[in-house]
Amino acid sequence: MLMEKKLYTVIVYSENIAGMLNQVTAEFTRRQMNIETLNVSSSNIEGVHRYTISLWTTEWLIQRVTKRLEKKVDILRAYYFTDNEIFMQEVALYKLSTPRLLENKQISKIIRHNNARVIEINSAYTVVEKTGKTDAVLSLYKEFAAEQCVLQFVKSGRVAIVRDASVNLSENLFDEDSIRSKVRG
Amino acid sequence: MKKELITGGEALLRSLKNEQVDTIYGYPGGSIIPVFDALYDYREDFHQVLVRHEQAAVHAAQGYARSSGKVGVCIVTSGPGATNTLTGISDAMLDSTPIVVIAGQVSSAVLGTDAFQEIDLVGVTQPISKWSYQIRSAEDVAWAVSRAFYIASTGRPGPVVLDFTKNAQVSQVLYEPIKVDSVRSYVPYPKPDLQCIKEAADLINRAKRPFAVVGQGVELGEAHKELIAFLEKGGIPAARTLMGLSSLPSDHPLCMGMLGMHGNLGPNVNTNECDVLIAIGMRFSDRVTGKLETYAKQAKIIHLDIDKVEIDKSVPVDIPVLGDCKETLPLITELLNENSHKEWIATFGDLDKIENEKVIEKALNPTDGPILMGEVCRKVSEATNHNAILVTDVGQNQMFAARYFKYKEPHSIITSGGLGTMGFGLPAAMGATMGAPHRTVCYFAGDGGFQMNMQELGTIMEQRCPVKMIVMDNSYLGMVRQWQQLFYENRCSWTPMCNPDFCKIAEAYGIPSRFVKDRSELDAAIKEMVETPGAFLLNVVVRAEDNVMPMMPLGASVCEMILE
Repeated sequence: MLMEKKLYTVIVYSENIAGMLNQVTAEFTRRQMNIETLNVSSSNIEGVHRYTISLWTTEWLIQRVTKRLEKKVDILRAYYFTDNEIFMQEVALYKLSTPRLLENKQISKIIRHNNARVIEINSAYTVVEKTGKTDAVLSLYKEFAAEQCVLQFVKSGRVAIVRDASVNLSENLFDEDSIRSKVRG
Repeated sequence: MKKELITGGEALLRSLKNEQVDTIYGYPGGSIIPVFDALYDYREDFHQVLVRHEQAAVHAAQGYARSSGKVGVCIVTSGPGATNTLTGISDAMLDSTPIVVIAGQVSSAVLGTDAFQEIDLVGVTQPISKWSYQIRSAEDVAWAVSRAFYIASTGRPGPVVLDFTKNAQVSQVLYEPIKVDSVRSYVPYPKPDLQCIKEAADLINRAKRPFAVVGQGVELGEAHKELIAFLEKGGIPAARTLMGLSSLPSDHPLCMGMLGMHGNLGPNVNTNECDVLIAIGMRFSDRVTGKLETYAKQAKIIHLDIDKVEIDKSVPVDIPVLGDCKETLPLITELLNENSHKEWIATFGDLDKIENEKVIEKALNPTDGPILMGEVCRKVSEATNHNAILVTDVGQNQMFAARYFKYKEPHSIITSGGLGTMGFGLPAAMGATMGAPHRTVCYFAGDGGFQMNMQELGTIMEQRCPVKMIVMDNSYLGMVRQWQQLFYENRCSWTPMCNPDFCKIAEAYGIPSRFVKDRSELDAAIKEMVETPGAFLLNVVVRAEDNVMPMMPLGASVCEMILE
């Protein structure tokens, strides 16, 4: 089980200091582990940043990498999860040709069926936004592409929250006993 | 305290004084001139050591730190000065040595413009240091220096890098001392888990064949007495890793020798015979475990360590005991039953007899042929009453010295264990003479490693460092040659070496020396070296094709040692 490759999501809380991103990614680079998605932003706590990283790897490796991340002086916590332990979403933007949209009614149907949202429209292009799981945003892209209307496409890395009702990852980040628990085996 | 307006460079020196720094190793250059200028007024406050190469500044700081228990400090310039420190920083990281490396940096305004001697030092050193930080304003100096010392010296120690921009060195600041004694995201000393302590003690009390493997953590935690109390109450035989050799005196009845690739037969073989393996402040290095798939599979494993990352890193652990071993060992000892395990301990003696007969006797007491490295090491250890600090270079000289030196006092071995840095020894020995001025420092090297930092003879001359240098010259890069002989059909590719007259080089630096080739002269030469005040170079021609035995070949199990 430990050696089976799965998609893992790593959540890291760190101080907001220049160079932290390098320190976080270096732990993966060192083992030539390829990061699939990376999202970094401020957290709900002032001065603390939150990283959400997804990658394909084994539990054996991700356990060790997470421990090493947490050991770094300016990192508060690092956790890893499988997809069934988290709610995750990605945001995608699709820039479509407005003339194609107007002449092909199928495109509007695709937007509605996929619960996507039009956020900008002008005579040249239309910007559609879709939030969802990786498969959903990618399959919407494929549907648009089949209609040959896509001018640009971009999707974000994932953001994730934990399913377990009793867990609040950012709670007690600075509580000394709680920090100690991160160092215990 | 009244605030004073001073430069950032001077604020650095005031901050170093606050941290009780007494010795600084360094080399000046363009981007750090303001700090060296400030040092001119602090000649009475610090012992200022101008090395001959920045790599040596770091190794000297390491030697100082390891012999004194304090934080070693070096100051270098930006660019090449800074990149020359990288080997030492990596070495200190792998061997958990507390040092602070301060490097000059170009001014903040030109960062990122490929300015003269600009490199991204923080970017380069982040993966090889415990903490790396750029000081961009004079206001930052007091805080950054105090935080650096706190991080370098607490928990599992390590190297810290301060990248000091030139504008921050020259601008003025209202200086006020700062003492950092906590960092909210960093827990240096995990609180012991009493349940784990109890489970560990219960397991040891039930054990029939317990065996302790001890590393440098005991030295770093100053837990020598606590270790002995633990071993003696439980009647537990123990062996030390290379880095932990002086954590337990060689002549202690429960000391079973050295672990690892060139360690003793008894402790290596019995690793796979014990029923409970107690690892104390050691990290199951691949040079200790050999083939992991067959390492101590029969045993329950207890691991005492201060660093959570080491738990389960390579060897699965049954009971982790996190914490400072100075704190955790007595907690376990208190719960131990008194025991002796005489029959089990006797099995080490049986294996010792085999090793003595097949290896040690031949290495220490040859009757004819060229001088052997083993006999040189043992004779120097005896001539210094086993009280000297052993500093080694890397390779055969290191393994022979580690095996045949004896250790009575704590902090008696300084060697490059994790990184295996050739050239480490000479500057480290120089630093050790300053970190422990009351002790004799014996440095062993081969002809290869000696020439990797030989320029430090200049520093040794200038500083009058009383280093006893023993260069064992076999005109080969001996350890690689040994592998070539054993595993590469004796194809000695790039290992034979043509050497200069080392005594003449010593003479050029005004350092007394002696050349020895005949065994009959060896004792007198060692006596002369020990009795001559100050530095001395003993150039011993040793057997060219000697091998360090026993040996656990790469990929073999701990119980599969080659004896001859």
